[in-house]
Amino acid sequence: MQPFIDLVLNPIHKLGQFGLGRLQALGRAGLFLLASIPWGGPGSAGFRDLIKQIYSIGVRSLSIILVAGFFVGMVLGLQGYTILSDFGSSAALGTMVSLTLLRELGPVVTALLFAGRAGSALTAEIGLMKATEQISAMEMMGIDPLKRIITPRLWAGFIAMPILALLFSLVGIWGGAYVGINMLGVDEGAYWGNMQASVGFYEDVIKGLFKSVVFGLVVTWIAVYKGFDSMPTSEGISKATTETVVVSSLAVLGLDFVLTAIMLGSV
Amino acid sequence: MRTRFVELAVGAFIVMGIIALILMALRVSGLSTADAGDRYTVKAYFENLGGLTERAKVSMSGVTIGRVTKVYLDAEDYVAVVEMEINKSMSTLTTDTSAAILTAGLLGEKYIGLTVGADDEYLEEGGVIEDTQSALVLEELIGQFLFNKAEN
Repeated sequence: MQPFIDLVLNPIHKLGQFGLGRLQALGRAGLFLLASIPWGGPGSAGFRDLIKQIYSIGVRSLSIILVAGFFVGMVLGLQGYTILSDFGSSAALGTMVSLTLLRELGPVVTALLFAGRAGSALTAEIGLMKATEQISAMEMMGIDPLKRIITPRLWAGFIAMPILALLFSLVGIWGGAYVGINMLGVDEGAYWGNMQASVGFYEDVIKGLFKSVVFGLVVTWIAVYKGFDSMPTSEGISKATTETVVVSSLAVLGLDFVLTAIMLGSV
Repeated sequence: MRTRFVELAVGAFIVMGIIALILMALRVSGLSTADAGDRYTVKAYFENLGGLTERAKVSMSGVTIGRVTKVYLDAEDYVAVVEMEINKSMSTLTTDTSAAILTAGLLGEKYIGLTVGADDEYLEEGGVIEDTQSALVLEELIGQFLFNKAEN
């Protein structure tokens, strides 16, 4: 009788263990975020750190974001033109390209690229700090490693992501304009005019910006948490880096659906 | 020297972000600098809107002079009420102006076309356009056409 009961109970036991472990990790990550937010505001040293982090997270990501944005815009222009010209409405190309970029592709693709380019670097950096016991050394000296290391990085992601997403969309719209107007012969006035008539500043630009602010916070949060929580070995760091990219990409895509549903207000 | 470069780069990055936002506002979303104080609201009652929505254009002779701000059904008279904002620069709409719901192209978006009348008095804030013409609903039109065919 006993082996039979074990056979039934073991999977349930494992499932419970797994669920509790996940829940605990989520709770740790939440407490971690709460402890890293500077309620009192950053001092002058914190500000200098913030500038340095915005440089390494934001400015150094510019090249990949701008090139990717331009190509995504050009592809949208090409694809959109072939589809729209079937319906004789290639004048709506500007509307299509700009709405696609502002509402979806800008925030989402930027966040995915950001997770790969900056998130993985953050995790590896913090993981290595932990492995080389720099974090313990800080604690010994009475410096709060959360405030000293994590806070400026979180703020940098929070600030850099919306700027990167905006630039992505902007470059993409100009890429679409380049393909549409110069190569495919869409009327320039129709491209910009239809775009201006149907893109709303609040409805599309600001809502897209809001999305990228949320994504910026989530991706950086996952990256720094995974780094801080990693096993202090070379294997642990590599695992944490992979997890950062996978988890933050999935989180961005899932959150995107939730945010879009809330913004469109149809669910 | 190194920190100076980093600070300069970050400053340029943030400036780029602000410029991008301004470009988005002016060039892409066509946000005009005219604020809400330069508009006035008029109402019109329609029998059938046929797909007219909020933010639709209000135009006269093909020039956009305002936008639809609110669409709802009058609970007592069962007619659709459309509230629209007209630019103050077009404050010379006569009280017998007529409004029609038109379609841009065969399948395009619905908009309101205004035609000016001959009255001496002008519409003011909260004024009502009396002379309205409902949207042409394609299904009704086809139904009528088939009905006429059958009678002949």
